[in-house]
Amino acid sequence: MTAASAAASAPLTRQRSALYAGNTGAVIRRGLLATRSTNYLVVLSGFFEPVFYLLSLGIGFGALVGSVQTSTGQEVPYAAFIAPALLAVSAMNGAVYDSTWNVFFKLNYSKLYQGMLTTSLGPLDVALGEIFLALLRGAMYAVGFMVVMQLFGLNLAWTALLALPAVLLIAFGFASLGMAITSYMKTFQQIEWVTFIMLPMFLFSATFYPISVYPEPIQWVIQALPLWHGVELVRGLTTGALSGMMLVHVGYYLVMIAIGIVFTTNRLRALFLR
Amino acid sequence: MPQPVITARKLTKKYGDFTAVDGIDFDVAPGESFGLLGPNGAGKSTTMRMVGAVSTRTAGDLEILGLDPNDHGPDIRSQLGVVPQQDNLDQELRVRDNLLVYGRYFGLPRAVVAERADALLEFAQLADRTKAKVDDLSGGMKRRLTIARALINEPRILLLDEPTTGLDPQARHILWDRLFRLKEQGTTLVLTTHYMDEAEQLCDRLVVVDKGRIMAEGSPAALIREYSSREVLEVRFGSDRNAEAAAKLQGVGERLEVLPDRILVYSANGEAELERITQLGLHPITSLVRRSSLEDVFLRLTGRSLIE
Repeated sequence: MTAASAAASAPLTRQRSALYAGNTGAVIRRGLLATRSTNYLVVLSGFFEPVFYLLSLGIGFGALVGSVQTSTGQEVPYAAFIAPALLAVSAMNGAVYDSTWNVFFKLNYSKLYQGMLTTSLGPLDVALGEIFLALLRGAMYAVGFMVVMQLFGLNLAWTALLALPAVLLIAFGFASLGMAITSYMKTFQQIEWVTFIMLPMFLFSATFYPISVYPEPIQWVIQALPLWHGVELVRGLTTGALSGMMLVHVGYYLVMIAIGIVFTTNRLRALFLR
Repeated sequence: MPQPVITARKLTKKYGDFTAVDGIDFDVAPGESFGLLGPNGAGKSTTMRMVGAVSTRTAGDLEILGLDPNDHGPDIRSQLGVVPQQDNLDQELRVRDNLLVYGRYFGLPRAVVAERADALLEFAQLADRTKAKVDDLSGGMKRRLTIARALINEPRILLLDEPTTGLDPQARHILWDRLFRLKEQGTTLVLTTHYMDEAEQLCDRLVVVDKGRIMAEGSPAALIREYSSREVLEVRFGSDRNAEAAAKLQGVGERLEVLPDRILVYSANGEAELERITQLGLHPITSLVRRSSLEDVFLRLTGRSLIE
């Protein structure tokens, strides 16, 4: 039997490559079905964290602060200043929790990906599907948070609607990079490092005050990190101060997404198809 | 022999300096039940992974269903059923959902998968556990579910890596019965095992592997005929007198195998050998005459036991 006739006799409905079977949907459906057995209290805890920050710092502490100037020179109430940053953070949190702890477990303990890759799924199907699920969690947190913002009157312009696709982009970026990093980790302790990096990034990425308070070299460091780009992008949209820099922020996330997908796919292949 | 479904020539797998599979040759015919018998670390699982198109060979040739796994991994995997050594069922899904979701990984339509899932749950004797959590199943049930899952894409070859390791005797017999039915239906089975009784029950033909090489090949009966005697007499003298007794037994039977705790006397007639031993003035604490098994073949070929 020649290779050609064997391929023709196989029950194939679409062309398959070694990396991608075009069946990401099966991975996503599995994830959605599996969340039925998830403990929702744990899932929701990640959503409430930024809400609590908004209540204590934005509403409480904000009463002492008054108004703050954004990077585009606009004066806004303190709560409206930090709310978009916390919105970006909630997208990040959801995506990172899912793409680190959950992915690590599936990678090393439940052998889920190993099982998937003994079928006709390719590593890119698995990577895209799992990243999408992490993105979805980030998006759910963010949408919930946007509702809270609307209730408190913190969406200052109609462009706040565009913050929805923006948080999807942010969640996508963190999910993609998060899964790529997790796929290289060997122990749970190493995931603690991610948490260790995320806390200062959360606190210092122009989240609670303008980046201009820092000396210039520190500003460069902050601007190199992903959260700052997300914070600036979302803040511009919810306060209605659009600028050309937004394209840079979007570009930053597109690169982050691409890098994450490439590394995750290669890593899955190296781990399970070597 | 009809066109083989698996052809391996000088198949080799190295991890750094370590050679896990060292240039093995074998063919598997369609409908055949083919076994790889050997101790832990012999290279059985590595061979299975290469045949399963999830591990690339270091050297040699390998064709599965006429395709080279280096170029057609997904096409090959879509026609294989895989039962791994360690269960990797989806713990977050219930029993029937495990089959449905797995079937969808192959891109099969929902209705087709649902119909097959019900038939396979019946086959795996799990029809009353469809809503159960995987964690609540016994070891034997998990294995049967794994086998059912491996059959969801109606594979042309079913790969089983140590299918009954860790199961209690009753669960093993149920599983053997299920596998035997598959064999009767014409499914090509490739299995690894270090249990000789399992190999004897299930395999039409097998290769004995040790340290990445094939030591012998044939049907279980032919291997026993070729490498062992019809019967084996096992005598025990107590561990401190074992070596001393062994020295006196030279010349008894066709061949002797001295193990730390007992001496095996290979012969066509075990009872007659026992009589000779008694005439020599030796009185074993226990004696047992049994038929030769693949364990004896392995001992003969490698000088070591299968299960250490």
